[in-house]
Amino acid sequence: MTTTIAPRPEAPTEVELDRVTIRFAGDSGDGMQLTGSQFTRTAAAFGNDVSTLPDFPAEIRAPAGSLPGVSGFQLSFASSEIYTPGDEPDVLVAMNPAALRTNIVDLPAGGALIVNEDAFTGPNLTKAGYATNPLKDGSLKSYTVFEVPISTLNARALEGLDMTAKQVDLTKNFFALGLMFWLYERSMDPTIAWIDDKFGKRPIFADANKRALKAGYAFGETTEMFHTHYRVAPARLAPGTYRNVTGNEATALGFVAASRLARRTLFYGSYPITPASDILHALSGYKDFGVKTFQAEDEIAAIGAAIGASYGGALGLTGTSGPGIALKSEAINLAVMVELPLVIVDVQRAGPSTGMPTKNEQADLLQVMFGRNGDSPIPVVAPATPGECFEMAIEAWRIALRYMTPVVYLSDAFLATGAEPWRIPDLADLPDIGVGNATDPNGFHPYDRDPVTLARPWAVPGTPGLEHRIGGLEKADITGNVSYDPDNHHRMTVLRQEKVARVADSIPDLEVFGPPEGDLLILGWGSTYGAIRSATMRLHGQGHAVAHAHLRHLNPFPRNTGDVLAAYRHVLIPEINLGQLRLLIRARYLIDAQGYNRVRGKPFKISEMEEQALRLLPQR
Amino acid sequence: MTMTDGLSAENAAVIQLTRKDFVSDQEVRWCPGCGDYSILAQTQKTMPDFGYPKENIVFISGIGCSGRLPYYMNTYGFHSIHGRAPTLATGLKAARPDLMVWVITGDGDALSIGGNHVLHSMRRNVDLKLVMFNNRIYGLTKGQASPTSEMGKRTKSSPEGTIDHPVIPLSIALAAEATFVARSVDTHTEHLQGTLERAGRHRGSAFIEVLQNCNIFNDGAYREFTDREVRDDRMLVLQHGQPMIFGKDRDRGIRLRGLQPEVVQLGNGVTEADLLVHDEAAPDPYLAFMLSRMWWPDFPVPVGVFRDVARPTHDELMTAQIDKAIAQRGEGDLAALLRSGDAWTVE
Repeated sequence: MTTTIAPRPEAPTEVELDRVTIRFAGDSGDGMQLTGSQFTRTAAAFGNDVSTLPDFPAEIRAPAGSLPGVSGFQLSFASSEIYTPGDEPDVLVAMNPAALRTNIVDLPAGGALIVNEDAFTGPNLTKAGYATNPLKDGSLKSYTVFEVPISTLNARALEGLDMTAKQVDLTKNFFALGLMFWLYERSMDPTIAWIDDKFGKRPIFADANKRALKAGYAFGETTEMFHTHYRVAPARLAPGTYRNVTGNEATALGFVAASRLARRTLFYGSYPITPASDILHALSGYKDFGVKTFQAEDEIAAIGAAIGASYGGALGLTGTSGPGIALKSEAINLAVMVELPLVIVDVQRAGPSTGMPTKNEQADLLQVMFGRNGDSPIPVVAPATPGECFEMAIEAWRIALRYMTPVVYLSDAFLATGAEPWRIPDLADLPDIGVGNATDPNGFHPYDRDPVTLARPWAVPGTPGLEHRIGGLEKADITGNVSYDPDNHHRMTVLRQEKVARVADSIPDLEVFGPPEGDLLILGWGSTYGAIRSATMRLHGQGHAVAHAHLRHLNPFPRNTGDVLAAYRHVLIPEINLGQLRLLIRARYLIDAQGYNRVRGKPFKISEMEEQALRLLPQR
Repeated sequence: MTMTDGLSAENAAVIQLTRKDFVSDQEVRWCPGCGDYSILAQTQKTMPDFGYPKENIVFISGIGCSGRLPYYMNTYGFHSIHGRAPTLATGLKAARPDLMVWVITGDGDALSIGGNHVLHSMRRNVDLKLVMFNNRIYGLTKGQASPTSEMGKRTKSSPEGTIDHPVIPLSIALAAEATFVARSVDTHTEHLQGTLERAGRHRGSAFIEVLQNCNIFNDGAYREFTDREVRDDRMLVLQHGQPMIFGKDRDRGIRLRGLQPEVVQLGNGVTEADLLVHDEAAPDPYLAFMLSRMWWPDFPVPVGVFRDVARPTHDELMTAQIDKAIAQRGEGDLAALLRSGDAWTVE
């Protein structure tokens, strides 16, 4: 069905919806990320629950109009609690033929498609690989298509401004945003305030973007192209103060909080790498919190400096993605040997090698568990949602400080760039993670251990009487002197293993959502949380005895993990890798856990989680 | 956190430490006759002069024979991994500007596996004193060519002679914008002590090359010009503000011809006024770079301080930015930070 533009004779119908998923897709120069994030802020501020999935190419500016240059931003907003950015869009906004071609496969039949008709020119169609114009050849007949001459209408709205045609064209994303605001009854005010703030010093651009936004809104209102507009009521979220955060933002905030809670300076050493760089950007803006950031010459220098800072009594932190972890491995092992607190952030992306830098994957688990020489145990934690990145960043530091050990914090591209409303915690509810330095020279030995945690003392330079030497060579138990004694090496290897195993004494039990026993347990970790949780809720609605458990601690596992696994007939472990957690679970608990493994650079859909669970559930 | 402020050099007299205070209880385990013994002894002798309490001094090393030195110093010490000592020093100094940080390294550790970190720690002017033991060979791994081994050198890994052109350590340090660059010799104990002392008093990155003899795998590497009988004739001791004169009889000097240095005999119309005058504080390192390339037998080998200039250090600049942020915005308020952006309240 194709509609044409005509003046509106009567008021449009209003329809109440529980949830809407929109995908903005365009050229990477079209400002789709900005458009999506503006809609997200507006929906979140209105009180909807929101979840987002930015999907952008690694190329900063691939050739205009080309297929690799397509950038997308999907967001879901709802009047009830949601856990994912939606399996598929209800509405696709395609700014050019390439965006249409790469995204139309995800739009279900009957879905709404809004296209910038002006961009469907011969050259653009050719670049997108279309032999005929899909707007004319009937290939889109299963969708509700709205052809809007966005470029032309937008240019008309900006007439009279002293701007080049190219500058005018750059504002057309605001026209599309304005149209969507009208369609979903959203206020333009937050975006207008944002534009004023952003372009305050260049009034002409502020004016242009506002005109574009308002023109889009007015277009929806005055033409009869759209017969309906939609209302999504605010969600009933738990009481509290909320803000929108991405995982990377929450991670950075969590580390600043950890620095306060430990009463120590935060030092962040990092080398730019997608998708972890935003953590460096955020932390380098927190100088008023005494945060020291260091953009190192390479990944090794970044972790070396973090180890040096920890040695000096600060919170030495480093962050990277999978390829950077490979480079840091030797230095991580130095931290294992010298038993200094250190947190290593791995924002995972699709590998191996350079892989797909902006795409999501969970395939570094075994790398961080085992990718080092010798027996080299390290605690590993993994947040499940963007908001949870905050508390897991603090948890990583709690473990590192209490046990004097490097800790790996495994995030991923989906968590890092995805956003959701986050209930801002009360500072009084955050844990005290402070530990003291060794100060007493009487009977001081650098490798003495706390009898409970097996942590060695943190004796920082500047402390009189505690002068001592540490390093990567094997240490004699207690004295810390260099030792090649065979029995000592065995004892120290076991001690390092036991120390990490004892972390399990201070972590919470694995929680189960759903019946405490039954037909199926779906066990997940990391960013697959939303899809698994949503699917489990749907299956509960169908009367299935299925439960969801999500691991935040991957080494060591919570104490009750074996008991939880044993309470269900089947265990399904969906992962965006070829079965890494499953390997660990099978080895540790000797159970026949089933896997569901897809590595497409994308998050799982709720529907595929449901489908996979149904495979293992009794027919109803 | 314990944050003892570093005491100034003027406190040396008050603190009253001696060489013995810097000797650790560990047995020294270099090969008998190794040049490292002398470097260790001169280092221990120099330390009391700085007036730093020994708990405020840290020695960080990489891998190689030189890497063992921290074990023998009764200060804080960190024997890290191959080539990475400057990175640990950078982080330590950033976190703890109050500490005096020494990096102990070798020609392989600093210029092969760790070359990148030397470059960047120097250009940042991290306040560390990097002492590079240059024996022109890999000793700990039993005799392979190093990045300073001479072209054509036959070693275990280059039986037909190495085909890799060597690097000149001080040229690299100068190109990396080090603010203090010097050279000394393991056996020239007084000169070495004086050089270490100068380096220790410098604020910023100091690069000290010590020509060091490996009597097992590269014995006599520098004998031709460092031996007592010939050194005065074959080495040039640099002194700031002084003309470049050398020779047992102080009868030869270095003159500039075009852009090239040349050795001249004093007399027959050539006077001291014709000679180059050493200027370690020159804003541009042209002279120092030229000196770094002079080598026996074409030239006497220069030792001493090639360059000593002032530039703000990495930790000073880092601290200044933090102080400025706090002065402008006040001490960070965590509750306000968490609420920043568009926050809304659900009743």
